[in-house]
Amino acid sequence: MSSASDTALRRTSLYERHAAAGARLVPFSGWEMPVQYTGIRDEHLAVRRDVGVFDVSHMGEVQTCGPQATAFLQHVLSNDVRRIPEGGAQYSVLCREDGGILDDLFTYRLADCDYLTVTNAANHEKDLAWMQERAAEFDVDLIDRAPELAMLAVQGPRARDLVRGLADGRLPPRMHCCQRDVAGVPMLVCGTGYTGEDGVELLLEPEHAPAVWDALANAGATPCGLGARDTLRLEVCFHLYGNDMDERRNPIEAGLGWCCKDETGFVGSATVAAARAAGTPEKLVAFALQGSGIARQGNPIHGGGAVTSGTFSPCLERGIGMAYVPADRAALDTRIEIDVRGTVRPAVIARKPLYQTKGP
Amino acid sequence: MSDASYPDDLLYHPEHDWARVQDGAATFGITWFAQDALGEVVFFEPPDVGSTVTKDEPYTEVESVKAVSDVIAPLSGEIVEVNNGLAENPETINDEPYGKGWLVKVKLSDPDEVSSLLDAAAYRASLI
Repeated sequence: MSSASDTALRRTSLYERHAAAGARLVPFSGWEMPVQYTGIRDEHLAVRRDVGVFDVSHMGEVQTCGPQATAFLQHVLSNDVRRIPEGGAQYSVLCREDGGILDDLFTYRLADCDYLTVTNAANHEKDLAWMQERAAEFDVDLIDRAPELAMLAVQGPRARDLVRGLADGRLPPRMHCCQRDVAGVPMLVCGTGYTGEDGVELLLEPEHAPAVWDALANAGATPCGLGARDTLRLEVCFHLYGNDMDERRNPIEAGLGWCCKDETGFVGSATVAAARAAGTPEKLVAFALQGSGIARQGNPIHGGGAVTSGTFSPCLERGIGMAYVPADRAALDTRIEIDVRGTVRPAVIARKPLYQTKGP
Repeated sequence: MSDASYPDDLLYHPEHDWARVQDGAATFGITWFAQDALGEVVFFEPPDVGSTVTKDEPYTEVESVKAVSDVIAPLSGEIVEVNNGLAENPETINDEPYGKGWLVKVKLSDPDEVSSLLDAAAYRASLI
């Protein structure tokens, strides 16, 4: 990651809101983003118990349209794109030929031949270039929509009620999307999120984001930063690209085989199918520390492997995380020992999700 | 969390630690600035009584949800007492950084080192 001092950091259209609220702003994937407002634990618990709002405008978007939009996305995305209904959503990964994961993505089918794919900020340019290279053989148009779209995530057990109260119609069910006015602003409302709670994600023009942010906050949504976003996703074992997988890992070892439909012949499917059949040397597992202490990314595990994400779980009140371990030591309930800066901390491999939400 | 404060009766190390020096011994802790930068402390495991600490070197760690941070010794000596209450209530470091949130008590090996520390006014000035 480049240092903040010599790189101009980009700011979302909500920067003034974050600064005025006293948020702690940090460099993240080339953006200056709020890591917390009042405190990670408070924000985390607000989302688990009530409702929180996150500015995730750093995320990128690629629109794919044209007669062969479905065929093209079926070629590059790992999941079975044909199974997304109009107004539906689907998770997938983008793989290299050798199965290395380029990114993980949500794709929304806006119309029969019109899709919107949400990318990770750090991967957006790479994803777009990769897709454009492979689009030549297809009758499709790829449009970089990242500059034109802000993104807000409203998450928590009260999220839908809160947003519904500001909307001009019913909200889309889980894993669906639709066009709505919220707080008088037209936007794409998506029944998705990264917290394990029910809620929606809103894609809208950046210039309108501050007014919508204010309306959500005034209606009772707690402003939340990327710190809570990370602890929330880790409690429910959602992957973070760059931590839990990257181009050196294939979807099988990353535990993402479920979103790879090898029979569609997507780029990388041969390698994925081979890894699925043969198994992989390592597997990504979730763990909880048995005693005190907090394991962090990079901490080695005795017998092989390392922690890829580690934090303190505000709901479980203990250290949790994910790690790659040798496949023969990846079974549930296996005891592992993590070297936390020289101190051996016992942990146990646990079922995903580590924290069971009441759920959407 | 408490409001920013830097009591006049303490001495300060530029790495955001304080020392309350009395009769060749000192109590150490982290400053309001340090705990604010770290965020809510969720884990503190005291070092061993009897271990030695060296001025300007890390002697323990405090952890927030997001990060782990080394704590630098403002002075050298031997740890004679640790704040065991923090294992159960590490957030005390945020709530009372100069009171119940103290970390260790140290018998100083070189009391002359005290002259190198900052007074409250100089430390406050260093934060601007």
